[in-house]
Amino acid sequence: MAITDVPAFAHLTDADIENLGAELDAIRQDIEDSRGESDARYIRRTIAAQRALEVAGRLMLTASSRRSAWWAGTVTLGVAKIIENMEIGHNVMHGQWDWMNDPEIHSSTWEWDMSGASKHWRFTHNFMHHKYTNILGMDDDVGYGVIRVTRDAKWKPFNLYGNLLFNTLLAIGFEWGVGLQHLELGKIFKGRDDRKATLVRVREFGVKAGHQVLKDYVAYPALTSLSPGATYKSTLKANAVANVIRNVWANAVIFCGHFPDGAEKFTKTDMVGETKGQWYLRQMLGSANFEAGPGLRFMSGNLCHQIEHHLYPDLPSNRLHQIGVRVREVCEKYDLPYTTGNFAVQYGKTWRTIAKLSLPDKYLRDTRDDAPETRSERMFAVLDSDSGSGFVATTDPTTGRRRGLNTAIATVREWRRTKRDTKSAA
Amino acid sequence: MAKNSIKISANVADTVRPALAGADRHPGWHALRSIAARVTTPLLPDDYLKLANPLWSARELRGRVLEVRRETEDSATLVIKPGWGFSFDYEPGQYVGIGVLMDGRWRWRSYSLTSTPVTGAAPTSKVGRSAKTITITVKAMPEGFLSSHLVGGLSPGTVVRLAAPQGNFVMPDPAPASVLFLTAGSGITPVMSMLRTLERRKQIGDVVHVHSAPTASDVMFGGELAEMAEAHDGYRLRLRATRTDGRLDLSRLDDEVPDWRDRQTWACGPEGMLNDAEKTWSAVGIAERLHLERFAQSRVAVHGQGGTVEFARSGKTVTVDAATPLMDAGESVGVRMPFGCRMGICQSCVVALVDGHVRDLRSGAEHEPGSRIQTCISAASGDCVLDV
Repeated sequence: MAITDVPAFAHLTDADIENLGAELDAIRQDIEDSRGESDARYIRRTIAAQRALEVAGRLMLTASSRRSAWWAGTVTLGVAKIIENMEIGHNVMHGQWDWMNDPEIHSSTWEWDMSGASKHWRFTHNFMHHKYTNILGMDDDVGYGVIRVTRDAKWKPFNLYGNLLFNTLLAIGFEWGVGLQHLELGKIFKGRDDRKATLVRVREFGVKAGHQVLKDYVAYPALTSLSPGATYKSTLKANAVANVIRNVWANAVIFCGHFPDGAEKFTKTDMVGETKGQWYLRQMLGSANFEAGPGLRFMSGNLCHQIEHHLYPDLPSNRLHQIGVRVREVCEKYDLPYTTGNFAVQYGKTWRTIAKLSLPDKYLRDTRDDAPETRSERMFAVLDSDSGSGFVATTDPTTGRRRGLNTAIATVREWRRTKRDTKSAA
Repeated sequence: MAKNSIKISANVADTVRPALAGADRHPGWHALRSIAARVTTPLLPDDYLKLANPLWSARELRGRVLEVRRETEDSATLVIKPGWGFSFDYEPGQYVGIGVLMDGRWRWRSYSLTSTPVTGAAPTSKVGRSAKTITITVKAMPEGFLSSHLVGGLSPGTVVRLAAPQGNFVMPDPAPASVLFLTAGSGITPVMSMLRTLERRKQIGDVVHVHSAPTASDVMFGGELAEMAEAHDGYRLRLRATRTDGRLDLSRLDDEVPDWRDRQTWACGPEGMLNDAEKTWSAVGIAERLHLERFAQSRVAVHGQGGTVEFARSGKTVTVDAATPLMDAGESVGVRMPFGCRMGICQSCVVALVDGHVRDLRSGAEHEPGSRIQTCISAASGDCVLDV
């Protein structure tokens, strides 16, 4: 179940991993050295455009009694919120723009346009999720405590209806899921929380969420109801739908990052002694990209480059595309998977997995050691028992190509197919 | 692998809410802003308005450079129109922080104001514009990256950041009866603000000014000083061209200003001159009559060694080497440092670097005072002060 021995799974020696780390560090250094005026201009213009878009959307809603204006305003506002949360807020809070030393575009000052408090996000996301990425029981983003996204998690009866239900609810109310995550409601109900710390968090969340609710569901509707072309209710509905558009989209992009087939999960580790190279490796194996042109890339907050983002959470988002070319080369060199695919296909795979995992294990064909959503180093044991020697990572003497993890996975797949064929033939 | 004993804890730094400059001075505007902020939350109205005009924001003090006036070959005066929230009732002699965008980064330096303050009492007599501007005068230091840029590379229209004026090297109002100004080089800048203010307040009673510069053409504000000496009998200017006359020897100050012991003295110039002055005045037991301004030494060389770290809010200090993360340094003396991942990825531990330099342990990059730093992957590079 899940990967415990990362080097063994990756078919890399300690020396390989150290070299891998050095190559990834070099990419980072190149980007850090070349950050400058054009990058700064990019984020400033993005922020200006986003604010203009938001104002435009709000203005359109002053005519929201008309159906066309309602839709135009709602979609514009939804898009503005997506850009604020993803390409700006998420990335600014990661410190991607801290190098500019601009207090107004800085991880320590940014508060984003959603119900969750930035401070809480920096804990659950920047710290927990990015440090303990995909480690079962440590990275809460693996299922958010309600969805069974990997068969490593024990099946519970409520998964039968809950998996698809909660996934749908989470998509629709994603900002509330994110906002409440740090409150750890589960622990509060079980009485296992630190009451004092909980109260502080509840207050912080309450203030932030209160301001957000007041803005979108009281202040703006009241303001636009002064316009002859809108009513309180028409704007209220528009704002609610705009928030949902943002929620569904953000949820889809984020789920594509860690839950499609090929994004690995890991067993609990205290991480003591994990080298920089091993950390990089875990980030690469646990993340998945999706293919995107410039438009989709921007609207996903450059999270179509989830792998690169996890390797370098604090490098500017506008550089991830360029970084991706080099990371892909590194993956090829070490024969490591670079999981990517069409956006709709990747997102479809997350739903497929979640739907499948509603069922108890006995109805699932694949084992926890070799399933689409999770694998472990034990998946290669079949090769040991079969050939006696097992799979050994080598370098092809003629082409110089390494035969590592990718080749090993293909070999196991081939072995399984042959076995199935012989079985059905017999 | 101690599976169940893993305790995850963190102390995430609060999100710093924007401070609004001048909110207390304009209660009406502030009330309006608070109401408007209900619909702009989590942003402020200022965050939208500044897109129309950068000066329409009191969230961070800003100014627009109106003019860059050459003073000498290597110095220039910047005339700056500050935006919302800037207070003009500073005291003559104070300095202001100025942040300039270079290669996408905001970099900060402090310079003495050379303009005269506008206080509630003083009539805004002069031309309307000058009342609403401030000036700083900058000397391009050799290898001074930023000062050279300010003197030679800044064009009118550039938007700069400002920090509120501060400093104790100030001329009181009313001024003392007899005054001595002892200046050298760009050390004349804070005194220029004092002189202009004294002139405006008609308080030039008995002022002696001894100023040193390498040559006569290196004297900043040479023309204006001469005019002032011409116009006011009470202002006596002694210029010293050190390249021909040699440096002023303070042990022979009696020859220049026989009654210096009786005067309130303001001195500003190179470190050596100020140290000599301190000794001279202390020797005769009148140190309280001497007011000094030391410009921070601009650090050119990259410092690799550790230093003494001061934690400003908790008042604790510790001396550390160049390899110890500042977070560890703080925790070792019991400072409640913000922390998270402890590996440089989560931004939970970001605090402001008030003074001194720190070095990024991963890349070796140096951070300047006025920036915010991750304490878990930064080490002291010389003495430094953190806002925690």
